Amino acid sequence: MGMMESKATLTGQPIDALPAEIPAAALKAATVRFGTYTAIEELDLQIEAGAFYTILGPSGCGKSTMLRLVSDLIPAAGGDVSIFGKTTEQARLAREFAFVFQDAALLPWRSALKNVELPLEIGRKRNVEIPVGPRSPRELLELVGLKGRENALPHELSGGMRQRVAIARALLCQPKLLLMDEPFGALDEMTRDRLNLQLLDIWRETGTTILFVTHSISEAVFLGQKVIMLRANPGRLREIVDIDLPEPRQMKLRDTPEFNRYCGYLRELLETC
Amino acid sequence: MAVAETIDIVDPEIQARNAARKQKLMSAVVPLATAAGLVALWQLGVKGFGVPTYIAPAPSDVAATFVEKFPLLMQNFWPTFIESVAGFAVGNLAAILIAVAFVHSRNVERAFFPIAVFVNTIPILAIAPILVLIFGPGMTAKVVIAALICFFPTLVNMVRGLQSVSPQTLELARILSASKSEVFWKMRLPSSLPFLFSALKISATTSVIGAIVGEWVGADLGLGALIIDATFNFNSPLLYATVLMSSGLSVLMFTLVSLAERRVVRW
Repeated sequence: MGMMESKATLTGQPIDALPAEIPAAALKAATVRFGTYTAIEELDLQIEAGAFYTILGPSGCGKSTMLRLVSDLIPAAGGDVSIFGKTTEQARLAREFAFVFQDAALLPWRSALKNVELPLEIGRKRNVEIPVGPRSPRELLELVGLKGRENALPHELSGGMRQRVAIARALLCQPKLLLMDEPFGALDEMTRDRLNLQLLDIWRETGTTILFVTHSISEAVFLGQKVIMLRANPGRLREIVDIDLPEPRQMKLRDTPEFNRYCGYLRELLETC
Repeated sequence: MAVAETIDIVDPEIQARNAARKQKLMSAVVPLATAAGLVALWQLGVKGFGVPTYIAPAPSDVAATFVEKFPLLMQNFWPTFIESVAGFAVGNLAAILIAVAFVHSRNVERAFFPIAVFVNTIPILAIAPILVLIFGPGMTAKVVIAALICFFPTLVNMVRGLQSVSPQTLELARILSASKSEVFWKMRLPSSLPFLFSALKISATTSVIGAIVGEWVGADLGLGALIIDATFNFNSPLLYATVLMSSGLSVLMFTLVSLAERRVVRW
């Protein structure tokens, strides 16, 4: 019972009021196995609260698996994973994190607005305490630039718009940790660039921690304050690269030599993974 | 110069609209004209070759009988209509509930799916007399036959529909800590609707066949009974009129389901 109360007050607090030493996510010797195959082996990682992390690595390095481990979608075979000091299950039940999938995972029979409202309906009849952010579903759609399309069904929206609805849905419960699994991977480059900028705005405005999986080196450098490089077979940490580029990040940053130096360094690193 | 001017006069937008209207008109006219042509050919063939009415009545004879015997046709229409609708409702409802049980528990599926397949393989003509023996000559047997014929396509489609939820949607449900019943009502059931309606469109017409087959085996009233009666009396115009009435009933059922589908499945 005491547990539940502390959880409730924690979600009501602004993020910067959290004690600085509690990491958004902490993995200690975390291991994931699928049968005899080891997807992630003894991964140690500390995710600083409020930061934007991008995750890179060769295919099969367990990038998506790591997000699914953190979000309690798959169990750890060994080691320990915690989110803001809680178990992943406790954090999931308190809706401390949200997940944005590669395909938007919208319900096709629901309008954009109804899709954003879905998290409010799940658990309402069971009297689950649902944390609600300061923004209404309508305001969230406005935040992602979809004002006026509230009543559109997903098939009436473009791929980029659908992904933005998914982001609005993920932001509804004001998550302190946002997990994104190649959310813009299926989009064309221009849409992807625009959404990258929009995501950075949202990150700055909400102060949430973001773990963003991508297979694009330039996207990883452009978005991330830190790039987590994983190596494959089995998935292990290769290196965490601090990206020290001027904030706020702008489109023209991509043409600077510093930006390209980071890209070059990561490309070389990727080849040794 | 003169050529350019005449091209300018034709507004491309109006042209496109006219073309679209023509296209729409043609898509209605072509099938109707073809059907009318075939009926005319039938009329000419029967009259021209002097085919006796009891072998093949001319469309004009069928039409005359249809008007003349309309009260009799309607009297036999209603029982078949009620049996079809009741069979449609019972068969599909049972299929939906069993599909839910199948998706809920793999063991239930393992236990009952082979039986469902077996029942489906029995020809409806073979099982109809058995059901009439069990349920008697009343409406019940016909409803059961109509229900049976509806059951299997809906079961198979509904199971597929309930399983059609994308893995990412199920992951989303897990992230939101959704309960099993929330996943069912908010995700699985709506996802199944397009599949369900495909099955309902099939059973809208087969339920009528089921009711008529049931009436063949033993009934005093109904379109099936009238078909048997007209055949044995060599009353071909009445037979054809009854067949027309039966397919009219099927078309009516199909249209109602299609209208419902358009209202429900908007995505």
